[in-house]
Amino acid sequence: MIEEQPIVPVTVDKLVAEVKALCDQGWRMVQIGVTSLGETLEFNYTFDLDQKFRNLRLQLPAAGARLPSISGVFWCAFLYENEIHDLFGVNFDGLVLDFKGNLYQTTKPFPFAAAATAGVSTNIVQSPV
Amino acid sequence: MATRTIIPFGPQHPVLPEPIHLDLVVEDEKVVEAVPSIGFIHRGLERLVEKKDFQEFVFVAERICGICSFIHGQSYCQGIEEIMNIPVPPRALFLRTIWGELSRIHSHLLWLGLMADAVGFESLFMHSWRVRERVLNIIEATTGGRVIFGSCKVGGVRRDIDAAQMQSLLSQLTEIERETHEIVKVFLNDDTVKHRLCGVGTLSREEAHSLGCVGPTMRASGIAQDMRTLGYAAFKELSFKPITRTAGDCYARVAVRCDEIFQSVDLIRQAAAKIPGGEIAVKVTGNPNGEFFVRVEQPRGEVIYYLKGNGTKNLQRFRVRTPTFANIPALVKALQGCNLADVPVLVLTIDPCISCTER
Repeated sequence: MIEEQPIVPVTVDKLVAEVKALCDQGWRMVQIGVTSLGETLEFNYTFDLDQKFRNLRLQLPAAGARLPSISGVFWCAFLYENEIHDLFGVNFDGLVLDFKGNLYQTTKPFPFAAAATAGVSTNIVQSPV
Repeated sequence: MATRTIIPFGPQHPVLPEPIHLDLVVEDEKVVEAVPSIGFIHRGLERLVEKKDFQEFVFVAERICGICSFIHGQSYCQGIEEIMNIPVPPRALFLRTIWGELSRIHSHLLWLGLMADAVGFESLFMHSWRVRERVLNIIEATTGGRVIFGSCKVGGVRRDIDAAQMQSLLSQLTEIERETHEIVKVFLNDDTVKHRLCGVGTLSREEAHSLGCVGPTMRASGIAQDMRTLGYAAFKELSFKPITRTAGDCYARVAVRCDEIFQSVDLIRQAAAKIPGGEIAVKVTGNPNGEFFVRVEQPRGEVIYYLKGNGTKNLQRFRVRTPTFANIPALVKALQGCNLADVPVLVLTIDPCISCTER
């Protein structure tokens, strides 16, 4: 394996605090990504510190998904969160720059919301914080 | 307070090679705020993975971008190989490294040409692209393609470079290096170029870090981070250090890219000297079942590929975070307070690739 990729489960209520802790330790925000797993959405918040990798992961029911924005901690997160809103229909509370659905010009709303298949196994070990 | 005016900039604009839109809020000649809009040409390629066989999808991945096409294909293949534990032959890893670095050279030369054009230095633009053409000739001779190489596949590469071709490649590289030195001298020493670049769009080390910058944009602010040091492909066998500057302005970003051209020439020479013999691909059986985050250094910086397979021939998720996407927040910050006349230079300074961003 090129690098170890610890994936840390996180809950919605602790998300901002966990991200703030990583920010205070000097981690760089790398990306936020979403995978549609049928009834649920899986969120990956990826960070880097001196080329060490860490990923925070949480799952939410796809219907009416809503998350606190981390753009108050990492300002650059506004772009990822607006993208996720426009493609998956997830709403974020506290976005520092809200495009209100106008970041992407899509022909139909939330085109990535429906998944083709559901469920997946993983070969990455879940690590504690 | 001066009157504020909103100037729409792009998506079609003479200095923009690709469509991005900025609403520039200006007071007199000063930009006080910039609001970006993207998504004019979003292709939804990520969803196509659900319909394409995972081995065929490398052709789609390569077409995400016409400049770093090979590295997109390589990133995708690396992800699948990690998930499936495929032992890629060492020769294939070295060939990927050589083609990847050739991509970096031609991408940086293309960008230098665009930058010269943006500051109004037409002859410098033409010289930069003339040298780039020689790199494309090498790529065509070794892969058969000038834009889309089609040489990377899951489990290795499709084409080899024989000893005669390698010798020819190295001798042409010497010429390219000599001619690039002449161009770089102008970029780094000419008063008119320096006047347009020095002290413009400065990002401090702290800002570059907190804004999530990647690639030359980050390294020009003094952060020595380059994903090639992770050791993917053949980089673990090669000796190099990330190139940095500390000024964080447009001039520093030009200087980093200039030095990276010579660094790539050196890496190709090292790879050519160390490349082992043997097979260039292994047979791939089965389907990917698992997930992996691939981090690769493209010419514009770190790209993230997230691949998730569920044991079928179609991947469940394919997500790409491109370097341009990561550098847009920094661009928005750098534009605040700049002169209106500097906007084209500042937009170009992150080397925006909207084709990648609108994958």
